[in-house]
Amino acid sequence: MPEKADQVFLLLRDWLVGFLPPGWRSAAGVVLGVIGIIAVFPGLFAITTVLERKGLGRMQNRLGPNRVGPFGILQPIADAIKSLTKEDIVPLNADAVVHFLAPVFLVVVVFMGFAVLPVGRNMVLVNMDSGLLFYFAMGASTEVSIFMAGWSSRNKYSLLGAMRAVAQMISYEVPLLLSSVVIVMMTGSLSLVKIVEAQNQYTWGLPHWYIFTPWGCAAFVMYAVAATAETNRSPFDLPEGESELVAGYFTEYSGFKFALFFLGEYLAMLSISGLGTTLFLGGWSSPLALLNWVPSWIWFFSKVMLSICVLIWVRGTLPRLRQDQLMNFAWKFVLPMTLLNLMVAALWRFMGDGWARWVACSAILLLVYVGAGRVGMRREHFGPRTYRYAE
Amino acid sequence: MSFVFWLLAAITVAGGLAAVLLKNLVHCALALTVVFTGLAFLFLQLDAQFAGFAQILVYVGAVAILVVFAILLTRSSETPKDGGVFSRTWGVGLVIAAAVFAVLGWAVLQSETGLPHETAVPNVTVQLIGNALMGRYVLPLEIVALLLTAAMIGAVIVAMHEKGDAK
Amino acid sequence: MLGEGILKGLTETARNFVGSFVSAERLTTVEYPEHRIPTAENARVFPFLVYDGADWEAGMRCVACQICEKECPPKCIYIEKSKDKKPDFVGKMQIYPAKFDIDVSVCMSCQICVEVCPFEAIKMDTEFELSTTDRFGGLLYDREQLSRSNEYYHKIHPTEATEVDARLAEEKAKTEAKAKAAAQATAAKAAADPSVPAKATAVSVSSPEAPAAKPAEAASAPKPAGGGE
Repeated sequence: MPEKADQVFLLLRDWLVGFLPPGWRSAAGVVLGVIGIIAVFPGLFAITTVLERKGLGRMQNRLGPNRVGPFGILQPIADAIKSLTKEDIVPLNADAVVHFLAPVFLVVVVFMGFAVLPVGRNMVLVNMDSGLLFYFAMGASTEVSIFMAGWSSRNKYSLLGAMRAVAQMISYEVPLLLSSVVIVMMTGSLSLVKIVEAQNQYTWGLPHWYIFTPWGCAAFVMYAVAATAETNRSPFDLPEGESELVAGYFTEYSGFKFALFFLGEYLAMLSISGLGTTLFLGGWSSPLALLNWVPSWIWFFSKVMLSICVLIWVRGTLPRLRQDQLMNFAWKFVLPMTLLNLMVAALWRFMGDGWARWVACSAILLLVYVGAGRVGMRREHFGPRTYRYAE
Repeated sequence: MSFVFWLLAAITVAGGLAAVLLKNLVHCALALTVVFTGLAFLFLQLDAQFAGFAQILVYVGAVAILVVFAILLTRSSETPKDGGVFSRTWGVGLVIAAAVFAVLGWAVLQSETGLPHETAVPNVTVQLIGNALMGRYVLPLEIVALLLTAAMIGAVIVAMHEKGDAK
Repeated sequence: MLGEGILKGLTETARNFVGSFVSAERLTTVEYPEHRIPTAENARVFPFLVYDGADWEAGMRCVACQICEKECPPKCIYIEKSKDKKPDFVGKMQIYPAKFDIDVSVCMSCQICVEVCPFEAIKMDTEFELSTTDRFGGLLYDREQLSRSNEYYHKIHPTEATEVDARLAEEKAKTEAKAKAAAQATAAKAAADPSVPAKATAVSVSSPEAPAAKPAEAASAPKPAGGGE
């Protein structure tokens, strides 16, 4: 019975596909999977918007939206109706074709990233051998769409916001990839399905998730920082924050196109949380061996929503970083730490099983982190001021 | 030569033509991005998964952005030059392009005879590529890495000089 | 250690989040219009005219002196004097305003009209839910719309109203005492001097005394009125 609940969506798909002639079955199965993704993840997007607004409100000592539906849970429907009925304004000087294509391209690319995430046991849309590489390829393509959006508006502020956003995304792409490469190194495969299966083993009831290892924990923290910057979330949302203050790459978009950008951003957040769950938190595997009867897809989505809650929590807490601060942080702190993490992971493998490797790796990582932190946080101590007068 | 190949080839060639014939420079850069994605899909069609995804990751994700930044940061004026898209030295350009095409064509024709049409393509996994890079081709890898580092340092020095002059 | 501040911030936000469900100090939202915060006692929105007793026309304190009209900075008050007179709270015949219009879309709630009124006739109301769909006349209040009873004044500004009532009662008592003393003096004079007819002196004694008392009180009234606000 637990196996049936676990595989219920696959069984449903097989039953539906069984009505068709045999030649069409595999293609129809893939189409049903695509329909499933298109139905589930925008639904999660809707839930995320309500969760974010209510959660941020409570963190800021106020209620979130609570007029539409009980406790405001039907708010996304109101937002959708609002976006659909707003006038679609395209500036006269704007490049109409590129202006139209930018949000479309963003949403297409972000949806493609969902194709390789294993949401449950045997439940991945496309089982690719280099699934992780495909995911990062799609993630890198979102930058093109942001640039297209900013440039096509023919607005200096949009262009500046878009360039900043692209610079930020490129800078944090490197730590993101390097912290995932550690996982690939230890698993020996780029396939996300194999990575989850490697984490699905238990020792004394506790799972072998990569976050429970020193190098995995460090990589997870760096991945989280880089992921927050990749999706332009606070505290790295200077490109968007500009759109609240001055303008950003969103500025000339209204109505449905703006809703598409919004959708693309939140879907990117969900998808990168999904990838983080797959790489570090064990994907669809359950935290304790005796909870294996709970369906695997429930674990996956709970972990993803937990990551989203942490992202919302961080958004409600931290102030925005300035552009030069976040670029410095990426290149001068996170990137060297990821390289060190790679070496520590190699050392881990080199030392073989035992408690010694735990102590050694944790010690190296902690010492370097604390040391670099102290060096980075040092303030210049100025002596008393001296003046030089013009003669 | 299946229908998918012809479609992808048509898209790639169309993108390439657009990249040289369009008036707006940023449109040309975006057409170049289409060419890159077309190439990536051609790689995927040949079952070279790593090459295809690395092509998207590197070319579309980084090189296209680089091209666009370069255009935006060094563009002198908005208006395209009069006299169409053919510059005054188009003859020399034609000769050089024909020479390059001839060399590439000769290289392709030289290698084609070795491949029979119907045998199974060896499954090139990432592990094989990694082993080859670290084993047989480690010297070219390190030389390319050195070249890239030198280019980065050069770019940083040029930018620093500009900032120093501006101050 | 790097990151310590972030963790402290995260715990504070988490405390806010959890606390907003259990304690009132972590959730300070008042869901208007279902719940309202009671207005403070010295809140002020737009002016109103005070009347004593039950009839707003007869008990209105305003005597159309037009001081508030002259002092109002955006000139939102429009007063027309009446042709006849009515008795005020001490019994003296005063003119009253035939028209007293305030355009509340112009009024800036500066309270200068209240400060300069010598008769405690105009005070500040605390009613703010005044929106109307009538663009042209909806925000122009005439004297009937502006009249509120003294009991209402006590309800919205209790301390102020008791002070004002005490002051007015004191003035009334002083005026009556003066009138009685003057009446006794002229009665004594009339008794001593039988040539002057008693009725003429009795009538004339109240009128010269009351106007003489009034300017003296008018001089003293704005000062305590200004101190009391």
